Amino acid sequence: MKITIDDSSVYCYTNSRNIDSSKPSIVFIHGSGMDHTVWTLAARHFARHGNNVIAVDLPGHGRSTGAPLQSIPSMADWLEKVLDALEVEAAAVVGHSLGSLIALDFSARHAKRARALAMVGTIVPMPVSGAILDACKNNDHAAFDMLTQYGLSKRHQYGGNRSSGIWMVGSSLRLYERSQPGALYFDMNACNEYQNGLESASAVECPVLMVLGSEDRLTPVRGTGPLQEAFHQPEVSVIQGAGHTLMMEAPNALLDALHRVL
Amino acid sequence: MAAPEYPGLDTLALHAGSQPDPATGARATPIYQSASFCFPDSDYAASLFNIERAGHVYSRLSNPTNAVLEERIAALEDGVGAIATASGQAALTLAIMTLMGAGSHIVAAAALYGGSHNLLAYTLPRLGIETTFVDARDPQAFAAAIQDNTRLVFAETVGNPGLDVLNIPEVAAVAHQAGLPLMVDSTFTTPYLIKPFEHGADIIMHSATKFLSGHGIVIGGLLVDGGRFDWDASGKFPTLTEPYAGFHNLVFSEEFGPAAFIQRARKEGLRDFGACMSPTTAFHILQGVETLGIRMHRHVENTRRIVEFLNQHEQVSRVGYPELEGHPDQALASALLPKGCSAVFSFDLVGGREAGIAFVDALNLFSHLANVGDAKSLVIHPASTTHHRMDAAALAAGGIGEGTIRLSIGLEDAKDLIADLKQGLRAAGKVAAKQSVTP
Repeated sequence: MKITIDDSSVYCYTNSRNIDSSKPSIVFIHGSGMDHTVWTLAARHFARHGNNVIAVDLPGHGRSTGAPLQSIPSMADWLEKVLDALEVEAAAVVGHSLGSLIALDFSARHAKRARALAMVGTIVPMPVSGAILDACKNNDHAAFDMLTQYGLSKRHQYGGNRSSGIWMVGSSLRLYERSQPGALYFDMNACNEYQNGLESASAVECPVLMVLGSEDRLTPVRGTGPLQEAFHQPEVSVIQGAGHTLMMEAPNALLDALHRVL
Repeated sequence: MAAPEYPGLDTLALHAGSQPDPATGARATPIYQSASFCFPDSDYAASLFNIERAGHVYSRLSNPTNAVLEERIAALEDGVGAIATASGQAALTLAIMTLMGAGSHIVAAAALYGGSHNLLAYTLPRLGIETTFVDARDPQAFAAAIQDNTRLVFAETVGNPGLDVLNIPEVAAVAHQAGLPLMVDSTFTTPYLIKPFEHGADIIMHSATKFLSGHGIVIGGLLVDGGRFDWDASGKFPTLTEPYAGFHNLVFSEEFGPAAFIQRARKEGLRDFGACMSPTTAFHILQGVETLGIRMHRHVENTRRIVEFLNQHEQVSRVGYPELEGHPDQALASALLPKGCSAVFSFDLVGGREAGIAFVDALNLFSHLANVGDAKSLVIHPASTTHHRMDAAALAAGGIGEGTIRLSIGLEDAKDLIADLKQGLRAAGKVAAKQSVTP
């Protein structure tokens, strides 16, 4: 489904269904340099279970046009416009990595419109190394390589995908390679500069789920304590053996975890 | 922070796609010889059928043993995914059926494996898919043959049997300019000698029966998706970019992005045409793939020694190996295939058809059969076997002489292979000598 926000075309994957105001809605937000396809399995699942699913492509990503946004709050405000355009009053917001920060900020500042928050592969704050930022800024393929390699657990560098025949390293690289030049930098920089995440967390009123990979090297579990403490009794699910790219590495365990709040 | 290096080919050949078996801890990939797989509950079953969860339903569609092989080959080729098929022919057919229907057209190199040529030249026209064959050495011939209804450009990385080296970057550019993917058959080269995706190819197929296995005990194929071709931008592939009624109006490029092609091939092609691989076959191929790197190194090392020997022999009028001085593809081979140009090549004997027969019959170590890429050395004389119905003129049109011999060099000691070839050459020489004194 395509809608128009701020004169730009915005793509939302809806499992080829119209938004039904009688159904609960779930918004899925992808991570840096990615697009809606990372959420295909989950979106299909929750659509069959009676939800409106809305897997967005952020501006300048995937099938959405326009310039990439440059801060987490601007992305959260953009998300509210998406819900307005779709006439969705409130939705559960599910985000991965960058998307998790957008979901967090949205849930804190637009509390009435968030009925649940699921942060997947997340940490607050989410500092990004200078080497990665530099490589992103220069549109250097090394950025894709670093994010792919650190994004997968060490074990999954060698595969073992539950989705038959799909090579996770190649899939991750191809998605990054498809990203618009500059988009990955703006995304990563937005993560790096988002400093008030813990205050946002303490303002969230809806049920919260954090889904973490035990082998995540980009947003390691051991650093998520402050975020867990900032929320009011969050559900926390740690998926053993998975790294940061949970939708690819542990799609079934992720679905099961998401059911705790969706 | 620098990116860690990716694992090398030999490491991936041993490990990619496999983990110790979660049920038993078995280190080797088990053979999951089961037609179907149990569902823990009805919702789980529904979610597998509706592509919401990853897992296995029925071994025609996917199987845990096959999945390891598929992921391993996708890793070795640096693709997004792969499908194991019943044979190389099945892989080629699956690719074509995924991309096009009646009324479509293919541009293919003329220098192709006979089975591929049969499919394209004789069988597919019955289904409304025509092929124009062009000189594999002429990228502009590919361009000139492209029509409005062309949907695929297809060639072998090195042609069979003449080892015409495909200029993958140039032919890929020609295909992409026309909004078409380039598929290559990399059976002769394997990912050890060339990674076609790095040079611009979009889809790779293998006959896994050959070098990938090495042991010559199974028939199998692999189809690999590079994940870089933009099906939406091309606009010529409704099977990938428009709703598919056979799967609740799923649009593959919309839902699977870079993996659209390989997902459609599995969800439709394997499901409907059913040319799947047996899990036991996948296991056997995995055993071969584990040693791909060291085997290919030895294959090429032996080949170079034998090429050198034959090239200096008075009973040999021509050796067709692209590394040789004067070969039309020498420069291209040096650029694209620095580790070697496969271990299959042909040469011409002095003395024609009779000399060829005498040569083959005198060999002991080389096995006389119709296959290539085995760990054991193989030989065939096309004029008396695969092409025996053709006269000299017809053979020449196919680039084959009456005295042409095709060798597939194996892993034996090179000195023993050369000794065997000397026997054959002596026998061929006697025939040639008789011919020269016959008035």
